[in-house]
Amino acid sequence: MSASLFIEQLLNGLQFGVMLFLMSAGLTLVFGVMGLINLAHGSLYMVGAFAAAAVAGWSGSFWLGLAASLMAAALAGALVEIVVLRRLYRRDHLDQVLATFALILMFSEGTRWLFGAFPLYLDVPEVLSGSMHLPVLDIVYSRYRLAIIVCGFVIALGLYLLIAKTRLGIRIRAGQSDRQMIAALGVDISTLYTVVFALGAALAGLAGALVGAIQSVEVGMGEPVLILAFVVIVIGGIGSIKGALIGAIIVGLTDTMGRFLLPVFFRQFMDNAAASSVGSALASMLIYIVMATILIVRPSGLFGKAS
Amino acid sequence: MLKPSVCALSVSIATILAAGLPAVAAADPVKVGMITTLSGGGSGLGIDVRDGFMLAIGDNPDIDLIIEDDQRKPDVAVQIADKMIQSDKVDVLTGIIFSNLAMAVIPAAVNQGKFYLSPNAGPSALAGKGCHENYFNVAWQNDNLHEAAGSYANSDSLKNTFILAPNYPAGKDALTGYKRFYEGELAGELYTKLGQTDYAAEIAQIRASGADSVFFFLPGGMGISFMKQWDQSDIDLPVIGPAFSFDQGILGAVGEAALGVKNTSQWSKDLDNQANQTFVADFESSYGRLPSLYASQGYDTGKLLLSAMSKADVADADAFRAALEEADFESTRGSFAFDNSHHPIQDLYVREVVEEGDVLTNRIVSKVLEQHSNAYAADCKM
Repeated sequence: MSASLFIEQLLNGLQFGVMLFLMSAGLTLVFGVMGLINLAHGSLYMVGAFAAAAVAGWSGSFWLGLAASLMAAALAGALVEIVVLRRLYRRDHLDQVLATFALILMFSEGTRWLFGAFPLYLDVPEVLSGSMHLPVLDIVYSRYRLAIIVCGFVIALGLYLLIAKTRLGIRIRAGQSDRQMIAALGVDISTLYTVVFALGAALAGLAGALVGAIQSVEVGMGEPVLILAFVVIVIGGIGSIKGALIGAIIVGLTDTMGRFLLPVFFRQFMDNAAASSVGSALASMLIYIVMATILIVRPSGLFGKAS
Repeated sequence: MLKPSVCALSVSIATILAAGLPAVAAADPVKVGMITTLSGGGSGLGIDVRDGFMLAIGDNPDIDLIIEDDQRKPDVAVQIADKMIQSDKVDVLTGIIFSNLAMAVIPAAVNQGKFYLSPNAGPSALAGKGCHENYFNVAWQNDNLHEAAGSYANSDSLKNTFILAPNYPAGKDALTGYKRFYEGELAGELYTKLGQTDYAAEIAQIRASGADSVFFFLPGGMGISFMKQWDQSDIDLPVIGPAFSFDQGILGAVGEAALGVKNTSQWSKDLDNQANQTFVADFESSYGRLPSLYASQGYDTGKLLLSAMSKADVADADAFRAALEEADFESTRGSFAFDNSHHPIQDLYVREVVEEGDVLTNRIVSKVLEQHSNAYAADCKM
């Protein structure tokens, strides 16, 4: 194993983590601020990807598609919040899970009805296509994946500034710590909730569009990512954006490096086929083992407030 | 006023509805239950099989067809099968796409005396010791296309292949099948997670392995993701796969990344025989899209059923079984026969992804295996 392969895999893990962060930032905001479990977050990711693929296919421009994904997901999010979720804030989590699970089914079949059962085409933009040589250790790395990493960190910074420095951020933090008080102070809490939900949805939609260009845009693409996003926010601590970022990078690196290193490790004392089989089986459990370990040490997650 | 296309649609709907109505035909129609995947991930495959099958049987008054969606869930498939056998009293079952669902449904169904005609899944467990006289596979035994890929790799003098597949039974069958025929060295062997969508880690290992070619079996969305990311990596190695990763339904989503890729199949749109030309033209005019190999399998299943019905009454199970064994129908694949385990004996081809106008499709390059049966047939005693 060469150093350049190792660094390339680290970059892959980082890129995967950044993508998970976009997905889990919205989820953790919604859970933290509104106390709502939203299983349909994966559907918003899918909405973003389909909107991007449809608009990019129609206009020929990836960037228009990207803008469309943000708008479509934010719009779908706002609509879902106003029509359905608003009624559920006071209900217990089981009702929320049931309602948002129903939303998954409706989004999936609705998308299939609109776009058909076959996956859509979405390609990376010309400027970011192909690979480039990094100045260190002769590493060849995909331009598009580098761009995702950069984009993710820019968004993380933007979110930090939004939460820490703006009036909207102050309200979000206030809503997180005391819902009744902020309403009593005259803040329109239902508009605030709609805005937060739409913001989270837009981030999920953006993740869907970014990832859709290198993966497949198909019905049901959101659910596997949703599970990982929940792992991320549980590790990071529910409601914490910083926790979501750190948690996402931990999960991304653990998963990628596990898939890469475990088969290599087992090859030391097993034959190739068996090592590959055992290694990959263990690798798919690894993030859950990490999650369990973290929860034993810190039951409310890395940056969660103890309840 | 109904337009012609609406008429055609309502005829097909009527066929489906007919199951719930009193039989209108003079003789007792054959009751056929189709369990296939029509919603969620993987529904493109089921829809193609269903459409191919319905195209083959047409508006036939002697067939009562009931179609149900298994949602790609084994428990749902088992429930539907129980309902079809016990309350609908079907004579023939068909339609299942995925091997894990097939394993959950088929053994119980054939043991209750029903016929099962498989238009897609061909798990090894049903080919050798687990074969059954009422189970007929009209597509292939799971290993077949991968064996063809291994054989093609030899003929293309590839010596150091990197192979990967998802970590589940059909994925293991795939790599086993490839290795059964491939004679060179392996640069690496990887099992990925089922449903995995990011292959950056695997592609980095392929780059570092010094392989001279890559063989992968990643059906559906997994294959689309892999090929797009492979294209972005700028690694210039030949890629081989079974037709599942490059069928008509997903080529559009992979895009130009797939151009020139070699894949192995028992069927191709450009196979030169009368049955196939009719099928391709009819399918295109009926559904407005090019058929995939799944559609051709559904079509052949329908034609096989019709051929057996014309020779024997389904109530006489022994005669009907004998009629099925003869496989006396014009297959879209040209020559087609059943071996002793009721799996196909057929030619396997290597195809290349090409662009026709602005549509990506496959073209036959050469025949790799002639009159190929399967590795498990010898263990089948029925």
